[in-house]
Amino acid sequence: MEYQAKELFAKHGVATTLGVVVTTADEAKAAAEQLGGVTVIKAQVKAGGRGKAGGVKIAKTADDAFEHASNILGMEIKGLTVNRVLVTPATPPEEEYYFSFLLDRANRQYLCIASVEGGVEIEEVAKTNPDAVKQIPVDPGTGVDEAKARAIATEAKFPEPVFEQAVAMIQSLYKVFVEEDATLVEVNPLARLAGDRLEALDGKVSLDENASEVRHPEHEEFEIREEADPLEAKAKDLGLNYVKLDGQVGIIGNGAGLVMSTLDVVAYAGENHGGVKPANFLDIGGGANAQVMANGLDVILNDPQVKSVFVNVFGGITACDEVANGIKGALELLGDAATKPLVVRLDGNNVDQGRAILAELNHPLVTVVDTMDGAADKAAELANA
Amino acid sequence: MSIYLNKDSKIIVQGITGGMGSKHTTLMLESGADIVGGVNARKAGTTVTLAGKDLPVFGTVKEAMEATGANVSVLFVPPAFTKAAAIEAVDAGIGLMVVITEGVPVQDTAEVWSYLQSEANHAGTRMIGPNCPGIITPGESLAGITPHTIAGKGPIGLVSKSGTLTYQMMYELRDFGFTTAIGIGGDPIIGTTHIDALEAFENDPDTKAIVMIGEIGGDAEERAAAYIKEHVTKPVVGYVAGFTAPEGKTMGHAGAIVSGSAGTAQAKKEALEAVGVKVGKTPSETAALMREIMQGL
Repeated sequence: MEYQAKELFAKHGVATTLGVVVTTADEAKAAAEQLGGVTVIKAQVKAGGRGKAGGVKIAKTADDAFEHASNILGMEIKGLTVNRVLVTPATPPEEEYYFSFLLDRANRQYLCIASVEGGVEIEEVAKTNPDAVKQIPVDPGTGVDEAKARAIATEAKFPEPVFEQAVAMIQSLYKVFVEEDATLVEVNPLARLAGDRLEALDGKVSLDENASEVRHPEHEEFEIREEADPLEAKAKDLGLNYVKLDGQVGIIGNGAGLVMSTLDVVAYAGENHGGVKPANFLDIGGGANAQVMANGLDVILNDPQVKSVFVNVFGGITACDEVANGIKGALELLGDAATKPLVVRLDGNNVDQGRAILAELNHPLVTVVDTMDGAADKAAELANA
Repeated sequence: MSIYLNKDSKIIVQGITGGMGSKHTTLMLESGADIVGGVNARKAGTTVTLAGKDLPVFGTVKEAMEATGANVSVLFVPPAFTKAAAIEAVDAGIGLMVVITEGVPVQDTAEVWSYLQSEANHAGTRMIGPNCPGIITPGESLAGITPHTIAGKGPIGLVSKSGTLTYQMMYELRDFGFTTAIGIGGDPIIGTTHIDALEAFENDPDTKAIVMIGEIGGDAEERAAAYIKEHVTKPVVGYVAGFTAPEGKTMGHAGAIVSGSAGTAQAKKEALEAVGVKVGKTPSETAALMREIMQGL
């Protein structure tokens, strides 16, 4: 969110105004009084187009701030409920620029995108006047030193009165990019304020989850829990890679590719069974043990939309007997609470042992099917029953 | 023949003493791969015995290569140390490094890739991965975690982003077998791409047809399609996972995210079909398409 991006900007010396983040209209009024003068009330959600959605308003007085905040708090922007607003001093820009560093996947390097024309309408500028939007590659091995920052500022044609500030800010923004392990650091608009002051008026930072896990425990505070689906939050607490979808067939598999493929196969099978769809994505990952399997089933069986569950595992690192034991353990744990049918397809590592465990279990809710297509069809049929 | 890996490949394992490293070294040995040692600076000079074979542990990749003649390294190093381990392997002049590790910070991979492009890469090291199952040349060698029992030697070359889909497709086509199957990994930045593998399979005389498996996110499949049009004469069958994935949701692989129209499974399928690649809607349908091609050859 904007206020979080600004905190990271400030931490690394990028000129910005933090403002005050509040969750009630009364607090917004108090913040506006404290800041004095004209303020801007801005919805804080992880989505673009906040202004167009009515989530950004100018408040001339503290009472205006109260009124705008009451309207904005609780509003929905792109499916996200606004729980916070940022109150900042209104600083009308004399000029608006655009600046970002991002990961360039296709070219396996970093890319700097800069434009001195535009600002918030950057996508429009990119279409109508692509020459005004400079794309400058950055080698991850050498990065951005002062000379590189100067070269970027020159190519982007930052005007003379703010040129030196731009050179400094580019280096600071690159520090945000590498030291926070971001995949995107965007300032939009980068504003030239009265008195030729350069300031990041709004921004966005996307962080690399792998890096947060490995070396940025402090990034945990940026996570906004209340926006997450309760089942997704529970899955996250259990360390599961789960995405809630809008369907009836619960899916558990190993490996992102196979699970995505399973969603597809179930959706196709559903076309013959009343249009049932996959209810979720759940990848139990490589080397999943019985406990992980049981946790996964626990999350999925708690989804009231789920009518049947399809467990699709191809054991590479994962051993099929572990998966079978996980199913067994979960069913024992749930006892009479387990009421939804499970279709299981196992192949690969220790498949014979896995199938033997399920055969011995002989549970009335569990059906073992040999092929992925056959199992998907069975699971869709049961979900439509 | 095969690509990148064959019966003469001498393999060392970086991180051989860890849980994953020792488990999969055992499995690689059982497949018949020529594992000649491991690397762990803190356990240099010791020996580990896996699958009945005594393997020397060296302090550095360079020492391991000098002592054993190794030309391939498989990395089971924790994500925080993967960059350093990879750079060490490049400095030592390893021919092929296969990075299995999942969860490597993407900027670390970007730095390693930059290093591979620089003069420091004097030996022309090739990287596969990270976040991949590695590479198997059935009946000859295995550098990674693909189960060697799924399928044997044969005329099909396979390249895939996804590990388990590699296994699934090998299983579907196990009656034909494979020259080499390579899982390139699902991270946003990877060393060896679909295009690299397609080029190698095109140049491998024993590979008669190629299966290419992609998934949503990025534009690697679209670029591979453009490459196939210009450079690949062998039949290619494709599969793309994620037709029903909703937009804007990340599903596991960091790469597997759909936002906007580009990068969707449908767009990738269309790009591949436009250059004559037959694309299956499911793994089994893809296998059936390959079956038709093999029977016609």
